[in-house]
Amino acid sequence: MHRYIIKRILFMIPTILGVMFIVFVLMRVLPGDAVEIRYAEEGTFVSEEMLVQERARLGLDQPIWHQFVKWIWGIVRLDFGISMWTGRPITHEIKIRLELSLQVALMATFFATLIAIPLGTMAALKQDTWVDYVIRIFSIAGLATPSFWLGILMILMLLIYFKWLPPMFFTSLWKDPGANLSQLIWPALAVGYRYSATATRMTRSSVLEVMREDYIRTARAKGLWEKIVITRHALKNAMLPVITVIGLEFAFLIGGLVVTEQVFNLNGIGKLFVQSIAQRDYTMTQTLVLLVAITFIVVNFVVDILYAWLDPRIRYQ
Amino acid sequence: MNTVEVTASTIRQKANTMPRWLRVVSRFARQKPLGTSGAVLILLMGLVAILADFIAPYDPLATRYDLMMQPPNAEFWLGTDAFGRDILSRLLYGSRTALLIGLSASFLGATIGAIIGVVSAYFAGKTDLIIQRLMDMLLSFPLIIMALAVVAVLGTGTGNVIIAIAVPMTPRCARVVRSSALAIRESPYIDAARALGFGHGRIIFRHMLPNVMAPYLIMLTVFLAQAILLEASLSFLGLGVSEPTAAWGLMLRGAAVEFAEQAPWMGIFPGLAISAAVFAFNLFGDSLRDALDPKLRI
Repeated sequence: MHRYIIKRILFMIPTILGVMFIVFVLMRVLPGDAVEIRYAEEGTFVSEEMLVQERARLGLDQPIWHQFVKWIWGIVRLDFGISMWTGRPITHEIKIRLELSLQVALMATFFATLIAIPLGTMAALKQDTWVDYVIRIFSIAGLATPSFWLGILMILMLLIYFKWLPPMFFTSLWKDPGANLSQLIWPALAVGYRYSATATRMTRSSVLEVMREDYIRTARAKGLWEKIVITRHALKNAMLPVITVIGLEFAFLIGGLVVTEQVFNLNGIGKLFVQSIAQRDYTMTQTLVLLVAITFIVVNFVVDILYAWLDPRIRYQ
Repeated sequence: MNTVEVTASTIRQKANTMPRWLRVVSRFARQKPLGTSGAVLILLMGLVAILADFIAPYDPLATRYDLMMQPPNAEFWLGTDAFGRDILSRLLYGSRTALLIGLSASFLGATIGAIIGVVSAYFAGKTDLIIQRLMDMLLSFPLIIMALAVVAVLGTGTGNVIIAIAVPMTPRCARVVRSSALAIRESPYIDAARALGFGHGRIIFRHMLPNVMAPYLIMLTVFLAQAILLEASLSFLGLGVSEPTAAWGLMLRGAAVEFAEQAPWMGIFPGLAISAAVFAFNLFGDSLRDALDPKLRI
């Protein structure tokens, strides 16, 4: 087991390096760079000399391989550099937004789990009855509803019925929990509904499969109370794939809230992502992609380890 | 011969006179009512897309500045938008954009993915390892971020949006198809084909690919739903097809949010259209999976 964990950790390194290489090259393939885009935005006349000077200041005049090595060396020393656009340290820019994105992701996960596990289990236990149909339609509708549209509808309802709009500026949970929750609960619900749909469907199919296993028949044959058969025997075993889905979706939420953030006017990681791509802020985009990729890879890894821990039959070689 | 047997055999005879595809369809319709209603909705949407020129009451691009943001009425059933364009006509034409981009992107993504998956499973060993690591890398980006990056490189426009949606789908299909192909690779008929001295290309395309049809078709329908949603999201961000093309995501952008209170119909109907389309494809895809390969989890 220990050898497996070490091997998996070592395997992460080439994947992360590959991701870094792809995003590094991809950014430089985009037409224009941060310097050009900024001057174009300002609309002032700039001499060729100023462009060269500015590029030299940002290190854009050096050969590409040199820039890549320099960036990697920085990451190794946990120095992520400064944003090419704002000039502030990248860690600072990400830190002020990560709190918001992380909170929305956590709240959405909480809602999704709360809805998905009971509903999915109920649908499976009442397979092909109206209960099952209603739950399935509810969850497929969740997959089908774009979360940005759900967001628009929510804002509309709040406006029409309560004459109230979620506040425009982010308040930290630690400063004013009430204001913070009243702002973030809506995006979390909009995202959580869609998220719960995936998890509900996974719970349903997983419980259905487990209920056909021999050990369930054995448990029933022993005369166990049905409730215990379901909670102790079935659910415990059915949770593995559900955990995977919840874990992976959570990892995606860190950077994948782009559209929802746009609707609710939130200044989170997703918005920063879109901005930094548009502004050709190489250093910022690279770090953000790295952050998302590492979250995903680590969650994947943790899920795999959890599997072995939860299911003694799985032994990794 | 008793009566029960007679009726049973007549039914069987009757059934045998039906063409095979019709029998398959009627069995699917009987066993999967939810999936069938999805299929009917999809067909309806296809018809609307094809016949948009004949059924749309107005030109979807015609602006009428004297009739801006009209609420739904007898003349404009679903109201007009901030440029005085008829929302119903734009929705009907929008189904063209959604289907065109959805179909081409998911077909492209699923097909390339299936080929990569089969090739990876067929060659196994180092080739498989390298391809799988590459796929892992691509999979570690959220769909929307990957699509955004591709649009940023290629620029907006229908063709580029199709590629942007297809690229993040490819590794997802490759992974699912690979796991089916791994089992097929070990089957006797592949050994036989190899023993006969067939080339790699022939074995891959003629013997393996046709046998991963089930996961391929399932992935295709799942992708269709996702592609429509992704196209709407990209358009909503202003990175998909551009104005004045009629596209559902685009209709939700800008004025629909700004004037949500005064003119809610601008935001409600396009969203309903997106949901209905994605809902239909998901419903159909779900039942198709149940019918073809219930164990496949996607």
